[in-house]
Amino acid sequence: MATTTPSTTPDERFARLDNEPMVVAGQPSKVFGGTFGIVREIFAHRQLLDLLIRRDLKSRYKDSALGFVWTLIRPITQLIIYYFVMGQILGAARSIPEFAVYIFSGLTIYGLFSEMIAGSTSSIVSNGGLIKKVYTPREIYPLASIGSALFNFGIQLVVLVGATIVTGAIPWHWDILYFFPSVVLVLIYGVAFGLLLAALNVYLRDMQYLVEVLLMLAMWASPIVYSWSMVSDRLAASHGWLLQLYTDNPITLAVLGFHRAFWIGGADTPYPDELLLRMGIAMLIGLVLVYAFHRVFARLQGNFAQEL
Amino acid sequence: MSITHDNAPGRLDGTDTRPTVVSISNVSKKFVIRKDNSLKERLVTLGRAGRRHSEEFWALKDVSLDIPAGSTIGLLGPNGSGKSTLLKAIGGIIEPTKGTITRRGRLAALLELGAGFHPDLTGRENVFLNASILGLSQAETEDKFDDILTFSGIGDFIDTQVKFYSSGMYVRLAFAVAIHTDPDVLLVDEVLAVGDEAFQRKCLDKIREFQQQGRTIILVSHSLGQVQELCDQAVVLSRGEVKFQGSAADAVKNFRDILEGRRIAEAEAAEPEEDANPGAVTKTEVIVEGREPGAEVQPGDTILVRIEFSHTTPLDRWHSGFKIETNLGTQVYGTDSRMLGLVHDPLRGTAAVEYRLTDVRLGGGPYFVHSFLAQPSGAHIAIQRQAARFVVADDDEASGVIRIKAAARALTA
Repeated sequence: MATTTPSTTPDERFARLDNEPMVVAGQPSKVFGGTFGIVREIFAHRQLLDLLIRRDLKSRYKDSALGFVWTLIRPITQLIIYYFVMGQILGAARSIPEFAVYIFSGLTIYGLFSEMIAGSTSSIVSNGGLIKKVYTPREIYPLASIGSALFNFGIQLVVLVGATIVTGAIPWHWDILYFFPSVVLVLIYGVAFGLLLAALNVYLRDMQYLVEVLLMLAMWASPIVYSWSMVSDRLAASHGWLLQLYTDNPITLAVLGFHRAFWIGGADTPYPDELLLRMGIAMLIGLVLVYAFHRVFARLQGNFAQEL
Repeated sequence: MSITHDNAPGRLDGTDTRPTVVSISNVSKKFVIRKDNSLKERLVTLGRAGRRHSEEFWALKDVSLDIPAGSTIGLLGPNGSGKSTLLKAIGGIIEPTKGTITRRGRLAALLELGAGFHPDLTGRENVFLNASILGLSQAETEDKFDDILTFSGIGDFIDTQVKFYSSGMYVRLAFAVAIHTDPDVLLVDEVLAVGDEAFQRKCLDKIREFQQQGRTIILVSHSLGQVQELCDQAVVLSRGEVKFQGSAADAVKNFRDILEGRRIAEAEAAEPEEDANPGAVTKTEVIVEGREPGAEVQPGDTILVRIEFSHTTPLDRWHSGFKIETNLGTQVYGTDSRMLGLVHDPLRGTAAVEYRLTDVRLGGGPYFVHSFLAQPSGAHIAIQRQAARFVVADDDEASGVIRIKAAARALTA
C-alpha cells in the first residue's frame, strides 16, 4: 500500500533498528542533567507545542459569534472599571497621573503572570486523557498554556498601546526597553512556578483553588492599583526591610518595569533605585528556581499517568 | 526468560538475527491505592495513619521479556492481570517501580483511540494535533493527510467539529491517524474490539500488512481467536506474573485452563442459591463415543448429550433441549425435542433425554453446553448454563468454529 513507506522491507527495517541505540522507555528523568535533555526534547516537539497552543486558543472561543473579540472586550472592561471606580470614585487618580494607563500597564503584566500560573497549574490534570494514553514530554502541557497566556498578553498589549495613544502619552522613550526585562522576569517565574504547581496539582487537587487565592493576594501585593511611592512613604522610615522585601518581589519588579516603560505620566515619580540590578538578581534566582522546580516536576511526572 | 528461543516458526526469515526492539528486565510496578485525596484528609492521616489509608498493589511482578523486531506478540491474561500496565510501561506512559524497559525505533500506541482528540476542533485540526502527539512532523502529516482521509472514510465531515461525529467516525479517524505514523513498534490495547465489522476487517488487514513490513506489534486482546490468528507468540500474565510464554497456540491453551479454573471457582462460590423453581436440569453430560471422558473431540466424532430433568409437580407436556456455544457466548448449534419432533412422556419426578450428534465437525477450542427444560410454548422452565464443556482438537489447517475439508492448488494461467 502506498500509505506507509512502501520501500521499507523487513530486512531494511531490521538493519536500521539494529543500528539504533536502546533507550529507556519514558523520559530519562533520573539521569543527571535531564533538564538540558528535556530542553532538546521540547525543541524537537515544538510543532506539537505550537499545535497545543493553537488548540487552547481555538477551542476557547469556538462557537461564539464574536470569537477573539472577547479577548479584547475583557481587558477593556477591566480598564474602564478600574479607571472609573478606583480612579474617579475612590479617588486614587488624584495622586496618580494618567491613572488609566498606569493601572492598565500593571494589569497587563500581572495578567500575564496570573494566566500563566493558573493555566499551567491545571494543564496536566485537564490533559489527563492524553497523558494517560500517549507519551510526550509532559512539560509540553504547562508550556502550552503559558504559550496561550502569552498570546492573550499580546492582545492586551495592543489595548495598552492603544490606550497610550488615546490619552496622548505615547511611550516613545528609552525607558520603553524596560519592557523586555519585565516580561522575561515574569516568564521565568511563570515557568518555574507553573511547572511546580502543575505537578503538585496532580497529587493534590486543592492546589488549583489555593493558587486562585494566592494569585489574588499577589495582585494586591504589587503596586498595580496603588502606587509604589504610597507604600514606600509608609514603610521606608519604620520598616525598611519590609519595603525591600516588598520591592524585590519579582512581580512588583516586573510591574514597576512596565510602569517605567509605558507610563509616561509618571516619569518623575520615585522608583526604587537600582531597578535593573534588582531585576537581574531576581532573574538569576528565578533561573535557579526553574531548574529546581523542573527537577521536582521530572521526579513527580513518572506517576502522573496513574494518579490522574 | 526470553521468548526468542521459542520453537514456534517465525513469520519472517532470519529469526535469530532479528534485533531486539523492546527489552524488559525484571520490571515490577507498584500502585498505591489511596483512600484520601484532599489536603485536609492527607494532613489528618499524615504519617503512620496515612499508611493505613493506602494499600499497595503490585500490578507487575518481576517481568522479563525480550521482544525481537518483526514479531507479533499477544499479551493474554484475565482482567486485572497487568497486561495494560505492561503495555503502558513499554509505551513510557508509566514508569516501572523496579527494573528497566529499553526500546528503540518509533513507537505508536493505540491504547485508546482518539486520545487527544479535542471535541471543539475540526477533524482536520485534530488529525494534525494527534499526528503530532504520535510524533509526526507537520510536513509528514500533510503528505499523508489524503491517505488518512481515505482510510478513515470520513469524507466531507473532516472539516466538522469532532463533537458532532458519530462514535464510529471518531474511531475510524483516530485509527487512521495512528496507523499512518509509520511505527516500528505498535502497541494495541483492545481497540480492535470497537467499530463495525467492516472497519474491524480493515484494521486487521492493516495489521497483517504491518506484519509483512516487519513491524513489531504488541497486542492485548481478550479475543483468543484473534490472538491465535494474528500473533506468532504470546505471553500469558496472571496477577502480574508471567505464567507462560511461547507460541500463540500453546499460550491460548494455557490461558483457557486458567480461565476454566476461575470459572469453576466462581460457579462453586455462586452455588448455594435457593431456587423456588419447581423444575430443574439436574445433570448434563457430554460423552464422546469411543473416547476417554475429557479427551479432545476429533472431527467426525459422535457426541452424546445426556440431560436429566426433575420437576416437583407433575408436568404433562414439556420440551427439552440444549445449545452449544463458544467460550465467547456465540451460539454454534442448538436443538430441542420440539424441533426434532420428539414428544416426551409426562414428567413425573425425573426424566432423562439423550441427544445423539453424529459426524460433528467443529473448529478447535472449548465449547459449552447449555441445557434447558421448557414449556410447550417454548418458555424456559429451567436452564443449566455452562452445564458441560468439551474441547475440540485444534485445527492446524484452518481457523473458525466449523471444520471444512479444504485443499488449495495454484491455478496456472
